Amino acid sequence: MVENRPFLTFLAHAILIVGVVVIAFPVYVTFVASTLTLEQIMSVPMPLWPGDQFVANYTQVLTAGSTKGSTAAVSTMLLNSTVMALGIALGKIAISIISAFAIVYFRFPFRMTFFWLIFITLMLPVEVRIIPTFKVIADLGMLNSYAGLTIPLIASATATFLFRQFFMTVPDELAEAARMDGAGPMRFFRDVLLPLSKTSIAALFVIQFIYGWNQYLWPLLITTDESMYTTVIGIKRMIVGSDAANEWNLIMATAMLAMLPPALVVLLMQKWFVKGLVETEK
Amino acid sequence: MEKRVVFRSAWLPYALVAPQLAITFVFFFWPASQALWFSFQLQDAFGMHTQFVGLQNFGNLFKDSNYLDSFRTTAVFSVLVAGIGIALSLLLAVMADRVVRGAFAYKTLLIWPYAVAAAVAGVLYAFMFAPSIGIVSYVLKGWGVSWNWAIDGTDAMILVVMAAVWNQISYNFLFFLAGLQSIPRSLIEAAAIDGAGPGRRFWTIIFPLLSPTAFFLLVVNVVYAFFGTFGIIDATTQGGPATSTQILVYKVYHDGVKAADLGGSSAQSVILMAIVIALTVVQFRYIERKVNY
Repeated sequence: MVENRPFLTFLAHAILIVGVVVIAFPVYVTFVASTLTLEQIMSVPMPLWPGDQFVANYTQVLTAGSTKGSTAAVSTMLLNSTVMALGIALGKIAISIISAFAIVYFRFPFRMTFFWLIFITLMLPVEVRIIPTFKVIADLGMLNSYAGLTIPLIASATATFLFRQFFMTVPDELAEAARMDGAGPMRFFRDVLLPLSKTSIAALFVIQFIYGWNQYLWPLLITTDESMYTTVIGIKRMIVGSDAANEWNLIMATAMLAMLPPALVVLLMQKWFVKGLVETEK
Repeated sequence: MEKRVVFRSAWLPYALVAPQLAITFVFFFWPASQALWFSFQLQDAFGMHTQFVGLQNFGNLFKDSNYLDSFRTTAVFSVLVAGIGIALSLLLAVMADRVVRGAFAYKTLLIWPYAVAAAVAGVLYAFMFAPSIGIVSYVLKGWGVSWNWAIDGTDAMILVVMAAVWNQISYNFLFFLAGLQSIPRSLIEAAAIDGAGPGRRFWTIIFPLLSPTAFFLLVVNVVYAFFGTFGIIDATTQGGPATSTQILVYKVYHDGVKAADLGGSSAQSVILMAIVIALTVVQFRYIERKVNY
């Protein structure tokens, strides 16, 4: 702040408050709808104050699910989403950190070829190779399985790059000292590099957890069995027709449940989240 | 950049890169090459017989007015999403950078939409704007605005753009805020001493210094509009009404999965890959420039 202009400060607060309200409004409406009966939502306009069906709606979706479209319990879907998000986040970190370690700390034939092969995957998002990838998964018998949900998504050039960048900044003296003390490469990796990488791992974990939790196209293609639906897919499957045909109170309760875990991760781990977001884009 | 100190082992580095390479080959290169191969083939309706047809699938695509329309739709959609998203988030970031009190609270309240899945964002907007029961549709009706995204193509486009901007705004906001906070205060103070007001300071100092961030966000937002919005489209309009919101990615999915046109869909995939590669090259040239900057 270089000068005091009360009017501009007031304007800044006003714009920010309007921004916050407009951005929060859709979620507020969702929350309100998740606490009403279906009749209340259908009687236009729906109330904008929470109703008394909170417990009833959430109990029903968690234990029994909706009655139209998908009838699987949302608690199963939440479990599937958790397995998928954790599997993708941890899997990506694990395979990326060891391949980055190999590429940075070893000299071996085809090193740069491998590096470029990994690099190219940056350019091929799932969306552009939908059908052939689906065929590969189907041929491998990985439809409707946790392996099918996670493994195809854990190869990531972004994470490998992040770790490579980070390893480059680690002083050579550390590796020298480790070698002099007779530590092998894996010992050096475990006792020196891993502890140093903690913050990068945390940041990457937050970003990849959200990425995994929010996957849509991939689980949509490969889960046909209701018991394997992720939460996001479950919501989509509950929408069976035009406005009036859907059980909006249950859909909205499921939507709240789908938003909660990643939102909590963002808010509670805000520092790692911001760091991860900025670093994975470098 | 190379390390001076390295370890030596004949087999260990290969074992370490093996998991990533194996997954990359099975789930990236194999399907991508299949997409390329299928794109040169024509399959009959029962999938019993395939024939090599060279570039015919590509030729058909560019003769197909639906495909060209889909290009136009994607262009309109991505310009709107990137333009509106960047403008709004820049406004919010400049304001958040200005306020002293409550800055952290505002930031916290503005970043969480990043956590919402695109498909869920789509469902939320579809519900608020549902033609017969939506709360916003009701208010608009009261104002005499007839709004129905289920039958009007323009309304449908507005709906998906709103949902996409909402979903992406926190990402843009965070990058602009980081950019603003890295501008040295001394520059702004010097301009203020020379008598430049807040508006002038913004356009002559802050905006030019933010332009690398803005350019980076432009590329990211275009990529997002091209690929990241699949969930929004599928959860709201499903490309409709007619094909008014059928962006390229949605068309690949629609033709390949729903209409089972393997050759045509694969040819579209190949074209999309070319677009992604072009965008990635643009992005990397920018990053190289940033290093020299």
